[in-house]
Parts: sequence; structure tokens; C-alpha cells
Amino acid sequence: MEFALSEEQRLLQDSVRRFLEQNAPLDKVRLAAGNTHTVQRSLWAGASELGIPGMLIPEDFGGMGLGLLDAAIVYEMIGRHVAPLPFLGTTVMAPLALMLAGSEAQQEKWLPKIAAGEIVAGVAITEKIGIREDAGVKALNGTLTGKSLFVIDWAEADFYIVADSEHGLHLVLPDAKGLSRRALNTIDKTRSVGELVFDRVAAEPLPRSSADAVARMIDAGRVMLAADTLGAGQMMLEKAVAYAGERKQFGRVIGSFQAVKHLCAEMAAALEPSRSLVWYAAHALDEVPRDARLMACHAKSHLSEVGRFVARTATEVHGGMGFTDLLGLHYWFKRIGLDRQLLGGPELVRLEAARLQGWAA
Amino acid sequence: MNIDFTPEDEAFRDEVRGFIAANLPPECADSPTLGVMTDKSVVKHWHKTLYEKGWAAPAWPEEYGGTGWNATQRFIFNEEIARANAPRLMPFGLTMVGPVIYTFGNAEQKSRHLQGILSGDVWWCQGYSEPGAGSDLASLKTTAVRDGDHYVVNGQKIWTSYAHEADWIFCLVRTEQSVKRQEGISFLLIDMRTPGIEVRPIISIAGLHHLNEVFFTDVKVPVQNLIGEENKGWTYAKYLLVHERTSIGGVPESRKKAAHIKAMARAERNADGGALMDDPAFQRKLAEIEVKLTSLEYMNLRILADAAAGKAVGAQSSLLKIVGSEVQQALGELAVEAVGYYIEPFGQGALPGGVNARDIGPAHTRNVWADYGYGRAASIYGGSNEIQHDVIAKAILNL
Repeated sequence: MEFALSEEQRLLQDSVRRFLEQNAPLDKVRLAAGNTHTVQRSLWAGASELGIPGMLIPEDFGGMGLGLLDAAIVYEMIGRHVAPLPFLGTTVMAPLALMLAGSEAQQEKWLPKIAAGEIVAGVAITEKIGIREDAGVKALNGTLTGKSLFVIDWAEADFYIVADSEHGLHLVLPDAKGLSRRALNTIDKTRSVGELVFDRVAAEPLPRSSADAVARMIDAGRVMLAADTLGAGQMMLEKAVAYAGERKQFGRVIGSFQAVKHLCAEMAAALEPSRSLVWYAAHALDEVPRDARLMACHAKSHLSEVGRFVARTATEVHGGMGFTDLLGLHYWFKRIGLDRQLLGGPELVRLEAARLQGWAA
Repeated sequence: MNIDFTPEDEAFRDEVRGFIAANLPPECADSPTLGVMTDKSVVKHWHKTLYEKGWAAPAWPEEYGGTGWNATQRFIFNEEIARANAPRLMPFGLTMVGPVIYTFGNAEQKSRHLQGILSGDVWWCQGYSEPGAGSDLASLKTTAVRDGDHYVVNGQKIWTSYAHEADWIFCLVRTEQSVKRQEGISFLLIDMRTPGIEVRPIISIAGLHHLNEVFFTDVKVPVQNLIGEENKGWTYAKYLLVHERTSIGGVPESRKKAAHIKAMARAERNADGGALMDDPAFQRKLAEIEVKLTSLEYMNLRILADAAAGKAVGAQSSLLKIVGSEVQQALGELAVEAVGYYIEPFGQGALPGGVNARDIGPAHTRNVWADYGYGRAASIYGGSNEIQHDVIAKAILNL
């Protein structure tokens, strides 16, 4: 038994951290946020050189063939830098759909392109978790009709993976006849979310679709969002500590006041155990199937709460500055806010966890 | 990352489980009758059993009687001990003064004291806190003045757990007044039978007697009982504070408590007659605590992995302490909530595991209140949670 990252994983995380430190500074995030629905192609191309887009894709298709724990520690770094990258849909959920449910032809056609960082893949799956505003997509005779909200990596997607109201998964091209696309402006300007409306849109089914494949996509997505919150929260803590060490009142740095110190220590005490939880949840997706779903729920709901606590507390430590656009702390605050709601908020996810444990009907 | 146990690990687990099943007295495994406080004779018996097997001090170096197990084996052992509800061995000798003696003591001290600690025949208590020196321990005032081949000790210690049952006490005493506070403290071993020592009980919020005040009036302590060098006691005390604190989160104990709460909640009824366990509001509270406990458990495993790789544990133990005590107290509160008005009948006799003169609630309700009351100490002892926050701010965040 060894509860630790491997040497390779530490190196991977370090290289992603260095890449983002150099290539995704705050002014670049700000630039991207000014135009949410433009994918940061140059940044994504740089990430491709590290192999990030295809990290989960088998080597036969040009990827790195890594696991979801590797993906989680990478997304943690992306969250840390609030980097505007289409990771959740393009790197994790869409390849997972193709690998679990796609035909060989579909895999051969799309996976190498994703791995090369050439394309973006959106994922429309929100309605498998909860249906709002009469949304939901029905499949009939090879066409899709209905609406899907909060489509992940919506902007500039070269194809979408769409879940229907049964357990079917479909591949839809963005220029398909009868498909209309609407951008959704969300609190988080660093990632693109939109909606898709289908009117008898021709769709290519993934032939091995199943309830299990859909659930595994959601499980993986939830753990990734937890990892994103972990990284963003850790950065907020570090920023709060740095600010407390500079800002002076009453002739001394505010970090010398116990009230401020303890706010920071409380954040550390909330984040440290969360890191282990995220690691284990991601590891379980790869290696411990019996724990995977429950742990994904646990990681998602717990990090949602920890994230909110850290986001609020770090903002408090920054005083009035944390409230300003100028400082940019709000990008982290809002990123954590969107992580909380995507793929199920903590209340809903906890209910799922209760059902999985046989506590609730 | 590898959380699997090897076939050798599983075989080891079977061996430990088999040994416990064959040797743990049945009354120890029955938690409602066990009480919050375990009887000294029960602990001694169990300690002796483990000692005879060679398992009393798994963490000690082999040359002093340790088992030579690796971190995984120690983890498995602790899990099995908790699973079987075996009594916890007293930590004052095995995990506190023992390691100080084998690390800083001289040959004579090792041969004199380690054996009794290992066998459980000699019981120790810890003389650190004083009325004016709690969180600010370095301000302690109990003095030891050298007089020929003796020190003469005067002063008072407080919150001394099990002093009334201990044979020896290890004390921090002031041996030098004119230097920086931390540099005038020494580490002394004192026989509790020495004339001039008086122990007075402190009764706790839970109605229990485990705490004491210990008064020293012209107590003569041979200089051979000084650990290491005079005025270096603070160094040894700090070593003790970071040594073997990886279990401070109390994960196995909290796991047991959570299981107990679930069993109670299946038996207890809601206002509408349904099982409490089916109440979504109750489920939510339990789930939130369990998730926190799970994350604590994995952090603990991660720290153990770091320790096994040779990284110092240090201030990480402060994180374990805070989160562990929060989980423990939250579970205590939830248990109180679960048993509802059965919390009201309360007989002192139930505390050490006896039975109320007339049982009103079901057996599973018996120790809930005492446990809840006792649990208030978790955020205070071993360095209050407020002090732990200071430690984290300083040692981890550099504030």
C-alpha cells in the first residue's frame, strides 16, 4: 500500500504547473475572459506539446494512455491557474465516451485529432443529472430533438457528444441541419458553456452506449471538477497568505493578527484532507470500480463545500481588494462557483450518495 | 498510488485478526457495556496479552522491543484493533516517555525503565501543564534545584491524566531562571511514591475522574533521573510532540463511532414513526461527517506514506488534530441527536461501563452522553485547536 503520487505523476504535475505559470498569467486569463466564447487556441496548442489533450487516449491513437488520477492532478493545476482551456469536455468526457461507447471507426476518426490538440469536443449531458426548463433530448429514427443546457466546452466545438433521454450517446456535428447553438454567459468567464437546441438533427449513435458509460462519464467529470476546485482553492489560500504578509494596518502586516492567521489556517485545514479525497476518488475511477461512483459523489460534494468556504474566506482576507475586478481574485471565486453547480450541485450529489449506500429510496 | 494490500499484507491481517479474536476478553468487545473509561485491570490484562505476543509497541525500534513492522502493517494492526473494539493501551509510557527514553536517555535509564513500559507493569503519567502554563507551556514554574546528588522539586502540575493510577511521572521542570524561558527547562523522571507528592482529583464535565492536580513539596529526585542534559528538556519535549502523532486524527475510533450511530439510527424512530436512518436531514448530517472522516483517513494514509519515505511529519499533525477532533465532536453531537430524550436518564455508574440502576433507554444509548461530554476535551487537550491554528499559520503558511 502506498498512498502517494508516483515520480512520473509529480513530474507531470510540475511540468503542467510550469507551463501554466509561463503561459497563462492573469492578464491572459483576463483577455480570454473578455471574450469567453473564443477558445484559447494558442494556449491549447502549447498544452498539446505536453500531451495534455490526449492524455487519456490510448497510445495507438496518438495519446498518452494515462489514467484519471493523472487527469485529476493536471486539472488541479489548470484550476490553480484558472486557465481558459477546454479540458473537461475535450480531454476527459468526450474521449471517455468514444472509448467506452464508440465504434472503432469513430475512435479512429476522432481520437487522434483530439490527441493532437487539433479539435475541441463539447459534451451535452446535463439532462442526465437534472432537467430544467423542459430541456432533454429525445432520439428518434437517427435524429435528435429537444434541448440541452450547460453544454461543456460548447464554443468552437468540432463535434458534440450528446446524451439522450434513454441511455444513448450520440455524436453531432456543429453544422448539422436543425441544430441551433446559443452561448450562455456564466459567472465563470474562463470556461465556455452554451446550449444546443435540436430539431430533428441527424446524429451518429455511439453503438456501445449504455447507462454505465453515461454514469462513468459523469463520475469522471465530477472528480475533475473537484480537482479543479482543489487547485483553485489552493491558489486562493496562497494568494490570501501572500496578501496578509504584505498589507499593513496599525503599523504591522495583517498576517500578524491572530484573527487573520486563523482564517488562513482554517483554509489549510479544510484543503489538505480534500487533496487526499480527490486523489483517492480519481484513483478509484481507474482501479477500484466498487468505490468509484460513491467516491466521485463524495469528492464532488465535499469539494463544493470546501471550495465555497475557501473562496469566501480568501476573499475576506483580501478585504476590499478581494471585491475588486482589478485584483482578479474573483476569477478563482467564480471558477469554484461554477465547479459547484456543473454536473450536479452538492445537495443533489449527496442525495445520490445516500441512494448508493442504500440510505434513501 | 497503490491502495491494494499484498497477499502478505492480507495474511498478516488474518494473523492479527485471529490473535485478537482468540485473546481479547469478550466483555471488551461489547461497546455498550464498555463505557467511556476502561477499567485499569482490563487495560493491563490486554497490554500483557499483547506484550507476551511481542506486539505491545509496534512503533518502537526492534532493539528495544518493537515489532519491526512496516507502515502498512502498523496501519493494518491499528485497524484491526479498532475493529475489534479492543481497549486502547495507555499512551503515556508507550508513545510518550518510552521514545524519549530510548532516544535521549542513557544506558542505565533505558535498562531501568523501558522493560516496565513495554510489559505494562509500570504506569506513567505526564507532568507538563501547570495552572499558569497551558498553551503557553514554556512559562512553567515548577522548579528543580540541584542539591548534591538530588534535585529538590517544588510546584504544581495540572490536568494530569491518570496520575492517581500512575507509578511514575515524567515532568518538565525549571532548572534555570536567568535564561530565555525555553532554555531553562529540564526533563525529569519522578517516582510517584516519593515523599512530598500529593495527587488531588479533578472531576470532569462527564462526571469522570481521570484528571488530577499533582503537588510537589520538597520532593527529592536523584540526579540520575534527569533525561539528557540539564536545560535541554524543551528539545526533548518538542521531539515528543511531533513523534508518533500520525494517529492523532483518531480515524479508527471515529469509524467505530459512525458505525455505532448508524446502528442506533436504524433502531431509533422518527417523529412520524419511520427509522431515523431514513430521515434525509439526519442522513445529510451523517454523510457530511463521514465524507470529512474519509478525507481525513486518506490524508492520514498520505502522511504515513510520506513518513515511510523519510519525510518529517511535523506540523501536518496539527491538521490531523484539528480535523480529527472536529469529526469526533460532530459524531458525538449526532449521537446525542440520534438518541433523543434517552440522553436524559444518566447514572454515574454507567460511566466506567456499569449499568444505570434502572435502565430507561435501550442499551445503545447508555454511554452517549458521557462520550459527548468527554469529547469536549478533544479540541482542548494535546494543544488546543486554537494553538494548532497558530502552528499551521507559522509552520505551514509562514505567517
